[in-house]
Amino acid sequence: MAKLKDLEELREEIEQCVKCGACRAHCPVFGAEHREGRVARGKIALSKAVLDGAVGFDAKVVEDLSQCLLCGSCWAQCPNKVPTEEIVAAARRRIAEEQGLSSFGKGVAAVIGRPKLMNLLAKTGGALSSLLFEKLPENSGLRLRFPAPYLDAGRTLPPLTSKPFRERVPEVIEGAPGQPTVAFFTGCGINYMYPAIGEAFVKALQFLGVTIIIPKDQACCGLPAVSAGAGKTVEQLAEQNLEALNRRPVDFVVTACASCNAGLGKIYADMGPEFAELAKKTQDIFVFLASHGLPEKLAALPKPTRRVKVTYHDPCHLRTRGITKEPREILRALPQVEFVEMEAAGTCCGLGGTYSVYHYENSKKIGAKKAGFVAASGAELVATDCPGCIMQLQDSINHAGGTQRVVHILELLAEALPERPLSP
Amino acid sequence: MLDPRIINELKGIVGAGNVATDMAALICYSYDATQQQFLPEVVVHPASAEEISRILRLANRELIPVFPRGAGSGFSGGSLPTKGGIVLTTERMDRILAIDQENLVATVEPGVVTEQFQQAVEKVGLFYPPDPASLKFSTLGGNVAECAGGPRCVKYGVTKDYILGLEVVTPTGDIIVTGGPTMKGVVGYDLTKLLCGSEGTLGIITRIVIKLLPLPEAKKTMLVLFDSIDGAAKGVSAIVGAKIIPTTLEFMDGRTLDCVRQATGLQVPDAARAVLIIEVDGDREFLDKQANRIAEIIAPLGVVETRIATTPEESEALWAIRRAVSPSLRKVNPDKFNEDICVPRSKVPEMIRKVDAISAKYGIPIVNFGHAGDGNIHVNVMIDKKVPGELAKAEQAIEEVFKGALELGGTMSGEHGVGIAKAPYIPLEITPQTATYMKALKKALDPNNILNPGKIFLDS
Ligand SMILES: Cc1cc2nc3c(=O)[nH]c(=O)nc-3n(C[C@H](O)[C@H](O)[C@H](O)COP(=O)(O)OP(=O)(O)OC[C@H]3O[C@@H](n4cnc5c(N)ncnc54)[C@H](O)[C@@H]3O)c2cc1C
Ligand code: SF4
Ligand code: SF4
Repeated sequence: MAKLKDLEELREEIEQCVKCGACRAHCPVFGAEHREGRVARGKIALSKAVLDGAVGFDAKVVEDLSQCLLCGSCWAQCPNKVPTEEIVAAARRRIAEEQGLSSFGKGVAAVIGRPKLMNLLAKTGGALSSLLFEKLPENSGLRLRFPAPYLDAGRTLPPLTSKPFRERVPEVIEGAPGQPTVAFFTGCGINYMYPAIGEAFVKALQFLGVTIIIPKDQACCGLPAVSAGAGKTVEQLAEQNLEALNRRPVDFVVTACASCNAGLGKIYADMGPEFAELAKKTQDIFVFLASHGLPEKLAALPKPTRRVKVTYHDPCHLRTRGITKEPREILRALPQVEFVEMEAAGTCCGLGGTYSVYHYENSKKIGAKKAGFVAASGAELVATDCPGCIMQLQDSINHAGGTQRVVHILELLAEALPERPLSP
Repeated sequence: MLDPRIINELKGIVGAGNVATDMAALICYSYDATQQQFLPEVVVHPASAEEISRILRLANRELIPVFPRGAGSGFSGGSLPTKGGIVLTTERMDRILAIDQENLVATVEPGVVTEQFQQAVEKVGLFYPPDPASLKFSTLGGNVAECAGGPRCVKYGVTKDYILGLEVVTPTGDIIVTGGPTMKGVVGYDLTKLLCGSEGTLGIITRIVIKLLPLPEAKKTMLVLFDSIDGAAKGVSAIVGAKIIPTTLEFMDGRTLDCVRQATGLQVPDAARAVLIIEVDGDREFLDKQANRIAEIIAPLGVVETRIATTPEESEALWAIRRAVSPSLRKVNPDKFNEDICVPRSKVPEMIRKVDAISAKYGIPIVNFGHAGDGNIHVNVMIDKKVPGELAKAEQAIEEVFKGALELGGTMSGEHGVGIAKAPYIPLEITPQTATYMKALKKALDPNNILNPGKIFLDS
């Protein structure tokens, strides 16, 4: 059985915090609002006080614990590697148990099931109307990210697709003999909002002759539910995905969404031996492509005369886990791309699971900084490796009056690759 | 709990959103890097000297203690609200007000983070040298109040050497100005220097006038492994004796290297029993010459290996060993007391021998590293508090370390300050007459003992 840790089981980690304050330099939320409750050190002190019975989950304690993107930026720089994002997530689960999901995950029914509903939504049209939204699976992270009544009118959102990605492709796409077999874990963003990224993924792997399995019954990775404190939902989603991904033998489970990668590769890893196994097999698409000879093949493609200036945004869920080189390596190898590094490429975009829904003001502040760095880089396009970041970055750039477009690296890759038929 | 009437008055001064009495806020402002905790009764976030002045007048009228706080990264408990009362943070006073490129002077509010200030002046080719290891998060106000130092202080001096003037709210609520933007100034007492290092007991700093230097063109880093601490110490004397003042002269002793070997994969040959990290800065052409000269001078002193960085990345790699120290110590033993004694430069080897003897006597590991160039040694007493008796032994060992430093003409603290952590040891270093002089100042300026009471002197 999948099982997430209770706050009490993280006591040792909590006690590793030496109160040095170094996280003040790295926490994006603290950057937006200089209050100690906003920074990792404060949230850890509060979690400790809760464990010790010095304070309950009062409104202000809950407010501080809600002010966390779970981005892991503090953990990455902490001298003692205190996993604040795990601690805050565990505290939110306790809060949800005590007070219901209202604090972080309004609009989510923590019930799993009815996965077939997703197919209904597709047929009715493109725009994100609340009506349409109701047809998203109840356990989809997108629901947590955009509970309709909470959406700010000024937010730019991509339309939901009229035909989800997983309905557009067969479950198995045979490759060439001798090549590896991978399962494509699509995640909700690609499936419902950005099917073009999914199609680009398939094109890229077909180019290498890889056999692709796209299990129809895979579900949301559960990261937004982690953010919302919906522990049961996370555990059930993990079970469902384990079953879906283990049905056929595969060499790798590949993601093109940083959050999904962290979900499968990090959050699941502690849930039991089968999950640890799955976590080990999980790879980011660019890590996979870089280690399977794609850069060399790209080098052989003809270079166009006009190249487009592209910069890269590091999704926190990859950066904090050391995946920074490979996406850049692929981007640099693309014939049509002139790569420019922007300042602070490795700072959070401000989305943070359900964070931006409930704290849109701070989220916008964090995003505005990022939009400034994008503008200063002189790039025409911002490429990244996560649908969530794409959405947030585009919203931030639009608010800043910028003209840059945000894309997935896979979309640029697909553009560069020669045409091939999609189905076997 | 403070009277609601007082809370309302505070809200009237700084705005309701900048006064907090809820448990979450009280907990979040109850600690600093000493890891001790004291709950305040209220946290206020003022935005100006005028607001702070009104808060202090109120505090004097109602006899409520006030504890100034920057980032709370202090190592001696200076910002801890040991007697409840008001925590007054400078988090909202975080503007760089001016960078005067003609006069090489800047004016800032106290809540500006040190590194952010450094980056801002470096963008226009200027340089603010003081570089405490906490520079990414500590505030300039806290740096001034503790007179913070760092590796670059060998060549460039400590925080107080860059402070030309201050705006300060006195403990009774007057707003005064000390010094000013001129490079010289001798009219009246030098209150600027008095306030530097006063640990928030003599006034709240609300504005800082800072001297800047031109940014050196380049720097060069070298890491030298020695077969003994004596070799490294002689190396320091030889370099300084040859009239070269490097920017940085950091050392690590053999036990520190053992911890690094044990806890990380970094390459440190077994023969190495001490390390010096030496950095020089200045004009590019001149750096190679200076680095070569240093290598020549130290060559006969038992050098195991010399690594010289030629790119910023290589320099980073050399510093990685130094940065690995703190986390590796923790892996070896869970609790550590980090003291920062300072002795005359030439006495470093003798001090290390004393510390080794103390370590042997009490049977607890003590590792030494720090700023050899100015005799500032970080003495880390490593224990596991959960083992009965270890804490008491550590305390005795620390007292002996302090006494040892004083015997050599040194001081108990080079940069972290007294706060509450070293207050009990004050009589070891300061004579009763000197203490009386200091306390008379405090008493005259703060008759009600409102501002940061109980800090530096136990009985204040
Ligand atoms: C990992 C780490 C590394 C460190 N390295 C160094 C180092 O290399 N060198 C060094 O010197 N120190 C070092 N320190 C100690 C600490 O960072 C410094 O003492 C720093 O100057 C404290 O700044 P702060 O903003 O955190 O002040 P706080 O800790 O908040 O306060 C420190 C003192 O200053 C007073 N104070 C703060 N602001 C004001 C103000 N505006 N007016 C009057 N009083 C005020 C407080 O009352 C308190 O007494 C380190 C600390 C850590 C955690
Ligand atoms: S979380 Fe890490 S960086 Fe932040 S105060 Fe604690 S130990 Fe320091
Ligand atoms: S996980 Fe991110 S938002 Fe949360 S405390 Fe750490 S740095 Fe801040």
